[in-house]
Amino acid sequence: MKYDIAIVGAGVVGASIAYNLIPYDVSVLLLDKNNDVAMGATRANSAIIHAGYDPKPGTLMARLNVEGNRLCEKLCADLSVPFKRCGSFVLAFSDAEKNTLQELFERGVKNGVPDLRIIDAGELREMEPGIGEEAVAALYAPSAGIVNPWELCLAQAEVFVRNGGTFVGNAEVTAITKSNDAFSIETTNGEFETANLILACGIQADSVHGLIAKPDFQIVPTRGEYFLLDKSEGSKVNHVIFQCPNELGKGVLVAPTIHGNMICGPTSEVLKEDIEDTATTSAKLAEIKTKAARSVSNISWRDNVRNFSGIRANSDNDDFIIREIPDCNGIFEAAGIKSPGLASSPAIGPYMVELLKSSGIALPEKSGSYDMTRKKIHFRDMSNEDRAKLVASDPAYGRIVCRCEGVTEGEIRDAIASPIPPCSLDAVKRRAGTGMGRCQGGFCGPRIVEVLLAQKEDTSPLSILQDAEGSNLFFTRETEVES
Amino acid sequence: MRNYDIVVIGGGPAGLAAAKSAYENGCHSVLLIERDTKLGGILNQCIHNGFGLAHFGEELTGPEYAHRAMVELQETASGVEILLDTFVMEITSDKTIYAMNKTDGYFEIFAKAIILAMGCREKARGALAIPGTRPAGVMTAGLAQHYVNIDGYMVGRKVVILGSGDIGLIMARRMVLEGADVLACIEIAPQPGGLARNITQCLEDYGIPLYLRQTVTAIHGKERLTGITVSEVDENYTPIPGTEREIECDTLLLSCGLIPENELSRKAGLAIDPKTGGPFASESLETSVPGIFACGNVLHVHDLADNVTKEAIEAGKAAALFVGGTKETTSKDAIDNPKEFPRKVVKPVEESKQEIADDGAYGVRKMTCIICPRGCQLSVVLSDPPIVSGNSCPRGEEYAIAEVTHPMRTLTTTIRVRYEDGSLGRISVKSNGEIPKEELFELAGKIHHTIIDAPVQVGDEVLPGVVATSGT
Ligand SMILES: Cc1cc2nc3c(=O)[nH]c(=O)nc-3n(C[C@H](O)[C@H](O)[C@H](O)COP(=O)(O)OP(=O)(O)OC[C@H]3O[C@@H](n4cnc5c(N)ncnc54)[C@H](O)[C@@H]3O)c2cc1C
Ligand SMILES: Cc1cc2nc3c(=O)[nH]c(=O)nc-3n(C[C@H](O)[C@H](O)[C@H](O)COP(=O)(O)OP(=O)(O)OC[C@H]3O[C@@H](n4cnc5c(N)ncnc54)[C@H](O)[C@@H]3O)c2cc1C
Ligand code: SF4
Repeated sequence: MKYDIAIVGAGVVGASIAYNLIPYDVSVLLLDKNNDVAMGATRANSAIIHAGYDPKPGTLMARLNVEGNRLCEKLCADLSVPFKRCGSFVLAFSDAEKNTLQELFERGVKNGVPDLRIIDAGELREMEPGIGEEAVAALYAPSAGIVNPWELCLAQAEVFVRNGGTFVGNAEVTAITKSNDAFSIETTNGEFETANLILACGIQADSVHGLIAKPDFQIVPTRGEYFLLDKSEGSKVNHVIFQCPNELGKGVLVAPTIHGNMICGPTSEVLKEDIEDTATTSAKLAEIKTKAARSVSNISWRDNVRNFSGIRANSDNDDFIIREIPDCNGIFEAAGIKSPGLASSPAIGPYMVELLKSSGIALPEKSGSYDMTRKKIHFRDMSNEDRAKLVASDPAYGRIVCRCEGVTEGEIRDAIASPIPPCSLDAVKRRAGTGMGRCQGGFCGPRIVEVLLAQKEDTSPLSILQDAEGSNLFFTRETEVES
Repeated sequence: MRNYDIVVIGGGPAGLAAAKSAYENGCHSVLLIERDTKLGGILNQCIHNGFGLAHFGEELTGPEYAHRAMVELQETASGVEILLDTFVMEITSDKTIYAMNKTDGYFEIFAKAIILAMGCREKARGALAIPGTRPAGVMTAGLAQHYVNIDGYMVGRKVVILGSGDIGLIMARRMVLEGADVLACIEIAPQPGGLARNITQCLEDYGIPLYLRQTVTAIHGKERLTGITVSEVDENYTPIPGTEREIECDTLLLSCGLIPENELSRKAGLAIDPKTGGPFASESLETSVPGIFACGNVLHVHDLADNVTKEAIEAGKAAALFVGGTKETTSKDAIDNPKEFPRKVVKPVEESKQEIADDGAYGVRKMTCIICPRGCQLSVVLSDPPIVSGNSCPRGEEYAIAEVTHPMRTLTTTIRVRYEDGSLGRISVKSNGEIPKEELFELAGKIHHTIIDAPVQVGDEVLPGVVATSGT
């Protein structure tokens, strides 16, 4: 079959584009080299919906950031994706840094960021009592928010598939050739034909672009490491707390996560050899501790739940690169989607759709109806009355599977029934929120394995994956192999 | 809405003994809530022996200990109501309990007293903040224990254990018996964390090296673990640069400590002792909230199930007296005058004092007595007959002589069971008494190649010389 449009890369950008194509009567294919969506930068970032005072006025980034922030609230409500407009501070630790706040403020006003203001130390401490002693003032941006980034991606991809879109995983694009009026895409999971192509490949944006034409930009993969601390720490801060960049480099942020944990990071390190190396290092983790302690004084690092890192698709171009590739009719790209790419993503999809239209791609509207919303049960966020009602109507929600996050059997069942079925423990985690807590799957792991095994008849435990292809959990029990 | 005088949360050895004791002390309105589908708590996965010497006067495996505790409860306190597969979601300081299960839904219970017996959980990788990648194959020893003993999955081939806690030591032996190579046990402290008897019977017996004052400083491998970096540490436990070495392995089991499970307690406003990780408690095991008692691993981490049972009996009694009105609340004491729990003191291995001089003619062997948790350090002069010193009881002497003449061990493992419907399950078994050490692998092999038919009861002889320690 020939698709009208193929999207390469199922991060939050690819998913937003796919989602925004639902209203149109076109066949759309979403491809990713990984076995699930949201396996790149989308799953390992700060999860902040930035207000939009950072990008230079007049850039595409400034416009899409502010617009994306505005759209995020409704989008998340439509998709049952947890989102909270908790507001952010940029702290100034000195008078010189106060000047930086003023610059950011002015930029923000030009970019159209609502309700920005600079507050003094007194007001700051009233709003955020745990703030470090050195802070003398802050830029307050009430429109900043926090979100579950992979769920934002997953939800859009799921609704896209539910509306007839196609997702194919484990399909790394290795070659693209033009034949008559179509492109044929060679992947590690089959060959596909499409009339138009959209590349949203994160840190691989330049190399995948290179399959068609010599790229006129270069990705500078930049790793950022994090601490994710227990919920006991999460309640210590109520806002996203940034630092001004200073002579010591970019600061780190301290923020609550949408799940109630505390996140501290990221560091910044350009990767030269393995651009997908998401290891953490003792040097960078130590750096986070030192820097974060300036923002919030009493962080208990003992209550660490997980360290992780993500890789930014920084580029040698200051702005996002979203365009039809020069001299390649029918091939579009969203490249160099660095931070605030997540915050901008709700606006990137619609922008791409407009771009397709203005480039003459036929996008007839669907004649029938379609539903762009998703309902999802988040048991732990419900009131006791609602829980009682839910369990009475569906007993599956009456059994807890993940004790740390309070995830129920019903939610696991829902995850399994996802339009993009989970194929690993971590894929269940991305859908249901299991194993995210302090025991990191120690309690729920065996229960999820059981569910994954029951999903398909004759599934061997040997095929159960922790996460990506190759992350098999179990070996044959050789002592029991009949000789 | 339901009302009970006493509600016990958790059905491990602590909860079982507390419920029984409360009942026996005159309180006949007792409810025990357990989230699992069966009672016994963590003991169900601890298929090894070493339990019960103090409480039951007999060496038992974990499942056998749990079974005995359940039988005791049924026999002497049959009026205790039990709710299985039921999760306590929240408790409040006025002793309302919110619980949930598939049949009753989400419901409230009012209690006059609550006994907390929720046990503990293991420190995971995050708590240790080990840098590196995040591949499959890094997990806590207790999780591995569940996968291997309950589910029957093999979690690794080339295994390293980080931390020398008892669970890690037990799992080292378990993995070897299942055919894995256990390459090393790495401990950051200058002395091992687990019992001396476990060092002997789990590491030394199988030639597994124990490296003290070392730790894992990096984890390698993208999808599956491919290796670790190990470094020596200084006296502040800081890795010493330049001492790094690489070990190739596919599995890293973490045995780095347990933390009392106190989510519920915190929400109810109980004062938590940062030293133990559990709630502060008075001499009568009442926490800082009147009428809420605690016992077992939720209160502080115990090495021995027998001590858990002992403590729980006290808690059950105190709660019954409180409900009966014969005892005033001691919750103020929990804060002002908290009960001191014996902190686990890890003694450096002591040289035996009354050592018999070796005249050089025979040679001397030193060993740890593995008969009971005390772990006496024995010296044996290899004369005929051998002369033993350092033992605190006659069983030590017997052990030492056997050890130098014909060493004996008990084998504990699992066996596959075929149910009536053809499906396969797994129960735990042990050798019927001790067998010669060199026959361990042979018997293990025989057991692993056998599938027995259900039904099986605890104590059944499933193969010649092999008895079931759990039932179908
Ligand atoms: C440390 C860090 C912190 C950040 N913090 C924030 C923040 O707080 N707020 C914010 O707004 N933004 C933040 N960002 C940026 C944000 O995460 C990204 O901009 C966003 O996730 C980009 O989404 P994407 O879909 O473009 O890329 P990705 O999520 O990386 O997706 C690209 C996808 O393309 C696939 N792919 C690549 N090559 C191929 C191929 N050949 N064939 C098939 N598939 C391929 C990959 O598998 C991947 O799934 C942060 C980023 C990082 C790394
Ligand atoms: C892996 C391991 C190996 C050990 N090996 C030995 C040994 O060799 N010898 C020895 O003597 N001792 C050993 N011990 C110690 C001994 O087993 C424990 O100290 C003892 O089991 C603790 O008993 P407990 O009842 O406090 O906790 P547990 O046995 O952990 O029981 C707690 C129970 O509470 C339930 N629960 C928790 N939260 C809730 C909730 N919210 N709602 C409902 N129910 C809940 C749990 O499901 C569990 O069943 C070992 C311990 C471990 C963890
Ligand atoms: S000698 Fe006696 S007291 Fe000492 S460890 Fe052996 S059995 Fe226990």
